[in-house]
Amino acid sequence: MKDMWTAIPARGRVILLVLLAALLVAPAALDRYFMSVLILIFYFAFVGQAWNIMMGYAGQLSLGHALYAGLGGYVAALLWFYFGIGPWIGVFAGVAVAAAFGAVIGWLGFRFGIEGVYFALLTIAFAEFTRIAFDNMSFTGGPGGLFLLYEEQRTHEWWNLRGGPLLFYYLGLALAAGGALLTAWLARSRLGYQWLAVREDQEAALSLGVGAFRAKMIAVLISASMTAIGGVFLAFYYNSLFPAQAFDIGRSIEIILAPVIGGLGTIFGPIVGAFILTPLGEALIALTAKFGVDLPGTKAVFYGLTLMIIITLRPDGVWPWLKRLLGLEPKS
Amino acid sequence: MNLAIVLNVVIQGVLTGLMYGLMALGLSVIFGVVRVVNFAHGEFAVVAMYATYLLFVGLGLDPLISLLPIALAFFAIGYFLQITLVNRFVGRSEHEQFILLVGLAIIIVNGLLMIFGPDARPTNLPYSLDSFEIGPLFIDTARVYSAVAALLVSAALFAFFRYTTTGTAIRACADNLTGAGVVGLNVKRLYAVTFGIGLACVGAAGSLMVTIADASPSLAQSFTLLAFTIVIIGGLGSMTGALVGGVLIGVSEAMASFFFAPSMKSMFSFALLVAVLVLRPQGLMGRRA
Repeated sequence: MKDMWTAIPARGRVILLVLLAALLVAPAALDRYFMSVLILIFYFAFVGQAWNIMMGYAGQLSLGHALYAGLGGYVAALLWFYFGIGPWIGVFAGVAVAAAFGAVIGWLGFRFGIEGVYFALLTIAFAEFTRIAFDNMSFTGGPGGLFLLYEEQRTHEWWNLRGGPLLFYYLGLALAAGGALLTAWLARSRLGYQWLAVREDQEAALSLGVGAFRAKMIAVLISASMTAIGGVFLAFYYNSLFPAQAFDIGRSIEIILAPVIGGLGTIFGPIVGAFILTPLGEALIALTAKFGVDLPGTKAVFYGLTLMIIITLRPDGVWPWLKRLLGLEPKS
Repeated sequence: MNLAIVLNVVIQGVLTGLMYGLMALGLSVIFGVVRVVNFAHGEFAVVAMYATYLLFVGLGLDPLISLLPIALAFFAIGYFLQITLVNRFVGRSEHEQFILLVGLAIIIVNGLLMIFGPDARPTNLPYSLDSFEIGPLFIDTARVYSAVAALLVSAALFAFFRYTTTGTAIRACADNLTGAGVVGLNVKRLYAVTFGIGLACVGAAGSLMVTIADASPSLAQSFTLLAFTIVIIGGLGSMTGALVGGVLIGVSEAMASFFFAPSMKSMFSFALLVAVLVLRPQGLMGRRA
């Protein structure tokens, strides 16, 4: 663990510590609105990191990550809704279900050689299939959605994830930081190098004795589990779940935005991407509202444009460029 | 169970499936030649639906007529898009192409939402309630016309690729890119023509689609997935495969709507997609790589 820290140049360590300290004390100075924006940033940084492990490191394009987030959220929410089982226990069930789905998708994909765009379609197919299934099930609330009761007298039950913005702020921060730490640790492990080998050239990796199937399966399982945790977080933060949103391909695309904009296959990419995109989107909404234009879809058009511009001009994302700008490139 | 009812459902599925097939044909042509996944395919279909709706409401043009100018306009859009943007992405990694077109799809669908709002716009044709009666069978007139039009456009496309020089040149690019470049074909221009043709197909299909659905931004994503499902089931790069896949999905959707629930119709398509991906990845009509 120690060499992960020393690998960062001194200036980067200072910036990182200052930012982290600022985020830790920030709630004292921020109002509810800015807190909510930061909570979303943390969420997108975390699930973006989960997707980054699969796409950025292991090179498997998944466009169905909403499936894992939705399953995690729904399982934990249903346990709470019907049996009063709190999300700290429910999250294990949610992760187990999501990981099981990930295992099936991964096994089908990697065992039968479904690659690239075909694999992406396989992941979409599973997410869409699940969305329609949830739409037609009554105990999940069907298309009308599942609502978690928000009771005033229970707002301090942090052990049941019932609380105000402060609770979700620090939990989100912990998730985003934890996700980055996990990725950094994985990236420097034997497994991390196997992922890179498989991503760059699977044939060559196989010929060197790298277990490509095993490496990719582990990537899917870790990624699905992390995304499911993010899904539980979001479900209990918003207190409502709809199949048309939770499993929607739009949700999957939201998850991939931050890592793509920030930089795939880098630890700070998803974080930088989330910190750029979410505030810009929020600022745009505030701006259009100020001019009296209240058109649904404005924010999404902006995201779409950003996505196209970044992928055309900086396909490696913003972070590698920002890193050079800040002088954080390790001397070689 | 009355056989006539089932037969009615099947015929309706086949007719719808031919329109689906034409839409998927556009995707297949682009995918097969340019090797770029047009993830904004269904979005373009919905743009065509809105254009048809506007031409119908504004000028009283029948979709079967407005199909032609819309297909032409879409050819121009496709040509322009390939020249300016997509050509830069040829040969770049799959996920970068994917993300470019996902971005475009997001812009189109939300642009439509901003302009037209979320409400569906119906094109009420004077003959939309008519039907041909053949014994116990009742077949929608509009659907028959649309299916015939879809077949005619597809036939024109087959003829183009089979008998014209440009068509042959495009096939050469698909078969052997390096070879095509070596013999002096202007690959970038041919790619632009191909993308244009692909969009012309989806434009024509979108025009016909107003006979079976009301124009609405929410259709876009499901059309994209539908087109991908059909192309993969039919076999990538196989033009007959796209039509056969379209009919197959059309019938499967019609049967699922009838025997189960309309909301469950795409579940069967996705199940079929997964089965094909696993068991016959080259698709029903595709050649093994």
